[in-house]
Order: sequence, then C-alpha cells, then structure tokens
Amino acid sequence: MNVPKSTLVQMYRDMVTIRVYEETMAQVYLEGKQPVFNIAAGPVPGEMHLAAGQEPVAVGVCAHLRKDDAVVGTHRPHHFAIAKGVDLKKMTAEIFGKVTGLGRGKGGHMHLFDPEVHFSCSGIVGACIPQAAGMALAFKMRKEPRVAVAFFGEGAANQGAFHEGLNLAALWKLPVVFVVEDNGYAISVPKHKSTAIATNADRAAAYGIPGVYVGENDALAVYEAAGEAIARARRGEGPTLIEVKTYRYFGHFQGDPEVYRPKDEVARLREDDPIQKLKNHMLQSGLFTEAEIAGLEAEAKQRVEEAFAFARASAYPDPSEALMHVFVD
Amino acid sequence: MAVQTTRKLTMAKAIAEAIAQEMERDPRVFVMGEDIGVYGGIFSATDGLLEKFGPERVIDTPISETGFIGAALGAAAEGMRPIAEIMFIDFAGVCLDQIYNHIAKNTYFSAGNVNVPLVLMAAAGGGYNDAGQHSQCLWGLFAHLPGLKVVVPSTPYDAKGLMISAIRDNNPVLYIFHKGLMGLGWMTLIKDTTGPVPEEPYTIPLGKADVKREGTDVTVVSVAMGVYHALEAARELEKEGIQVEVLDLRTLVPLDREAIINSVKKTHRLLVVDEDYLSYGMTGEVAATVAEHALEYLDAPIKRLAVPDVPIPFSRPLEQFVLPDAPKIVAAVKELLNS
Repeated sequence: MNVPKSTLVQMYRDMVTIRVYEETMAQVYLEGKQPVFNIAAGPVPGEMHLAAGQEPVAVGVCAHLRKDDAVVGTHRPHHFAIAKGVDLKKMTAEIFGKVTGLGRGKGGHMHLFDPEVHFSCSGIVGACIPQAAGMALAFKMRKEPRVAVAFFGEGAANQGAFHEGLNLAALWKLPVVFVVEDNGYAISVPKHKSTAIATNADRAAAYGIPGVYVGENDALAVYEAAGEAIARARRGEGPTLIEVKTYRYFGHFQGDPEVYRPKDEVARLREDDPIQKLKNHMLQSGLFTEAEIAGLEAEAKQRVEEAFAFARASAYPDPSEALMHVFVD
Repeated sequence: MAVQTTRKLTMAKAIAEAIAQEMERDPRVFVMGEDIGVYGGIFSATDGLLEKFGPERVIDTPISETGFIGAALGAAAEGMRPIAEIMFIDFAGVCLDQIYNHIAKNTYFSAGNVNVPLVLMAAAGGGYNDAGQHSQCLWGLFAHLPGLKVVVPSTPYDAKGLMISAIRDNNPVLYIFHKGLMGLGWMTLIKDTTGPVPEEPYTIPLGKADVKREGTDVTVVSVAMGVYHALEAARELEKEGIQVEVLDLRTLVPLDREAIINSVKKTHRLLVVDEDYLSYGMTGEVAATVAEHALEYLDAPIKRLAVPDVPIPFSRPLEQFVLPDAPKIVAAVKELLNS
C-alpha cells in the first residue's frame, strides 16, 4: 500500500499526541487524589476513560476524513477527538471544567462537542450509532459528498442501537462507516462472555453490507480498510462495518483495579506497540530520518503541554452559568 | 381568542397543514416516523404530505425508535429540521435514552454551540379502551426533564400555530396531541374539536397560556382534553350561576406561570385538571406555582383532578373511573366553592 508521506506525518503525529495526552492525563488526574482516591478531587474530577493503545483505530480512519465529515465517539473519546482535529486547548479546558472549554465546562470528558470539525461523543454505550446514521442522512438528503463515522466499542455491538442503526443505514444506503474498537473488554467482561459470535464484523452480513475485520492493532491496516469504506460511502454506495482488534493499556477508567485481566497482560501488549510499529515502517520506507520523526514527537509533546497549561491557567465558569444554555434562542 | 376565518379544520388537518407549509418554506424540514407516509400517520397528522413532498422528505421508518429518533438528532445536528413521529407517546420508552440523554442535553453540554432543532410528535391520551401501554399522556414526565420544550395543543387553531412555532424553534420540541381531539372518524367525536383555522401560516409563541373562557369564581387550569371537559363543566356550572375561568396552558415547557397567577388572583380558587398521572406531575407544578406566588389570594385549598396514580385500565367502567371528565370537574368546583 502506498501511503503519502503527508498522511504518515499526520498519523504519526496524531498517535504520539494521543499517547502523550493520555499519559499526561493519567498523571494529572491523580493530582489531589492521593493518598486517598476521591473521584471528585483534584484539577480533573469525575470519571476518566483513557485510550492509550487504541490510537490506530482513530488515526487510521480519520486520516481519510475531511473537516466537514462528521465523527461521533464514545465515553472514551480523546483519541477520536484528537484525530478529528478538535481544538486541543478547548478540549483540555473542558476536561478540567473550565470556562474556556468546548462546552464552558458543562460536558466534561465524556461530552465533547466541537461543531467546527463536526465532532461529538456520548457517555452512553451505542448511542452514537443511530446519530451518525442521521448525520449521514442529512448529507445524503442535501446531496453533499460528506461521510459520517460512528466509533464504538465491541460492547456496544450488543446494544439494540447498533442493530437499529445498521439496519437504517443499510436500508437507506447512507454514507456512514461504523467502526468497532474491540479492546477485548466491555468494562470488565471479556468479549467471549458478552458476544455470541467471535467477530462483530460478521454481523454486517445481517444487514447486507460489507463487514471488514482488521485483526491487528496497526494504523496502516486500519488506514487501508477505512480508505475503501469511506470511499465507498462517499460514492453513495452505502455503509460499511469495520471491526479493529485493539488494546487498552489503561483500565476501563482510572482507578479500575483491573481484577479481570492478568497482571502481565498490558506489559505483553506494549511489546507490540502500534506507535513503534508505524515508526519502524516510516524509517524502513526511506521517506523519514530519525531526526524528522523526533521532530514530530517534539511537536506533539509541545502541543499537549500547551493544552494542559491553557487548561490550568483558565478560569472556572461563574456558578450562575449552570443556569444557562438549557435552550438557545 | 378571536380567529378571523370561517374555514374549519380538524386538529389532524391543522397539524398536517402546518407541516406542509413549513416544508414549502424551508427545505431543511422533513418528516420521519412509522406509517407517516402512505398511511398518513396513524392519527392522520401527516395526511397528504407524501403526495405533496415525496418519499425523500416524508420517510416511513422501520419500527425502530432508537434508530430513527437517534437519526433525527444526527440530522438536526447537521443542519436539518426533522419532525419525527413516535406514534404513541407510550413508545418513547424504547428510545428514551436518545430523547433525554442526548436530544435534551447536547445543547447544554455544548454551551449552546450545538443546536437541536427537531420536533418529536406523538399521540397521547385514553378514553377509548386501549389500556395502559397506549393511553398514557406522559407530558409531565417530559416536562420534568430539562432541555425539552413540551407543547400540548387543545384546538385546531392552536395546533397549527404551535406546530409552526415548534418547527421554527432552534430547540427540541416534544409536540403531543391528544388522540381524542384529532377529529378522527374512528373515535368518539367531540363536537367542537373541529375549529376555525386560517389558511395562511401563523405562529403562537411557546409559553403563552390561553384563557379559553373567562370567569370570576374559580380557575380551572388544564391542557388538551382536560380543556374540553373544563369547558363543558363551565357551561353546566353557569346554569347555577357559577362563573368558571378555563385556562389552557398550551405548553408545559415553557410554563406560563404568570397567566396562572393572574387568573388565581382574579378568581381566588384553583382546580388543576390533568389526564396525566396525579403525583409529581403537571397538577403539582401548577399548584406549587400558586402556593409560592399567590397563596394569599386563595380563598380555598387548591384542588387537583388527575389519574389517581394507577396505570390506565382497559375495561370501560374502570377507565372512565380514573379519567377526568366534566361531571368530576363540576363536583370538584362545587367542593371548592363550598370549602
């Protein structure tokens, strides 16, 4: 597969940004929560679901998307948001509950909305699926060559919303791509205990649409599968279901005791790290020098640092803002 | 209210006309739902739209409420103005997550950056022996959840003006019509549910109650079918010299608290009538409004008449026992005046 250099740059930079972002967040999240863990304490209160390890799904798909294509994500949304180009400073401020955040602190980490780049997400498992179909319906009705993507976990594929959304999208031939991130666990329940079949991609057959399984946590493999699916949607040929085998390095949420998986599982998974894999590919391609790659890494780190600094320096909303924005004029 | 027209329509036709006129005016408006195309809507609220606008803008959906209500939200987020019919409001249970966790909250979560300009349309009400999964009103439930406007018309005139306002609103509006008021040939027809409706488009602001009958002795506040029962009761009571003011809220969200308070200040007595459940609902909200803002004007304790916290039963005598009607309102008003 011939991937343009600019795309490799974008994917690598975004993967590193995501990784650094999530690792930074994991540290910052603990501020004020030690030695006694209190979920409501510290600069980043509330639940925190991190996506380190799951970068390939987000960047492999979003590399094909345009600014006006729509993405709807999940309760674990940072990697999708970063790959879709959500304003990182405003996103981080939102996660800190600051007035400079995307939603002026009203949504927090599970409810990020950036209409500039058509990104949204939801804390309810599977809710994004019919919503993305509806966005695709809007594009189709207006005859715009735009595509909607719903990202969701393998746990969401057991929701009614999954089946209803796929049926509608297939029935109406909507320009939408459904992407299942199989990170192996629906919170604590492993896939073989939640799902009657081994591969959700096979469920596409029930709706007469293509189902593609990407069995490796690899950005280029995702990029290839997503390219065909998105092109197909843009051509007006209807939806595709893609399932990607991926890994979750952190717990379901920060503070998860992870009693449901072997202690050494993550260490083993990290040996097959997707960022290193892409880096190796880039070096072997002869298109990049070590220094160039180090430059991309430095750029990503700086962006993350700036975003966190912006969030920390920002003010909290005035409490009276709690009463605003239930309705618009 | 003086309506300057002699043309009379059923509520079903008034709603369908409102939708058609908005679809002509605004290409972003479209309709989706179960049986809303060829069938014209189980309650005829979309009658004739398919012929006029074709299947691309009048979309029959599978029986898949989470799917198409979620899709309506997605379409609204990307610039369309969908009207999605849920058929019976009772069916909202199967897609409640999309309604109350998403449609109602995305504007707030985004601090107003995301608009959700959609209309959810549904039928409510009993009195025709359909039992407890097809006869509820539930408007109090949705009015309780922040982020939804809730419209409950009682006349064809109001139905048209409120529908046009609902479609033009940039927020999600739940538009609930009462089956018994639609003028359907297959239900007991209430004589005066066919009413004057101007042909040209017009709006009625959401959040403006309407005095359907002026009176001085007691205020009866209600919506939808309750308004008809109250008007019938008022005609009976007038024979005994009792002047009843009938206030039709028309929308539960926004709630016209000022109109409630002003009426009670005039009549000094309040009866709230609702075909929804009694506890934690519209009657309690109206009573609390008066208790908080006009208690000193009351000459008698507030009375409430609503479904007494039981599911709607099937059998005729059972159902008639739990639903408000004119004789029950007459009795309640007399108790108010004698207390």
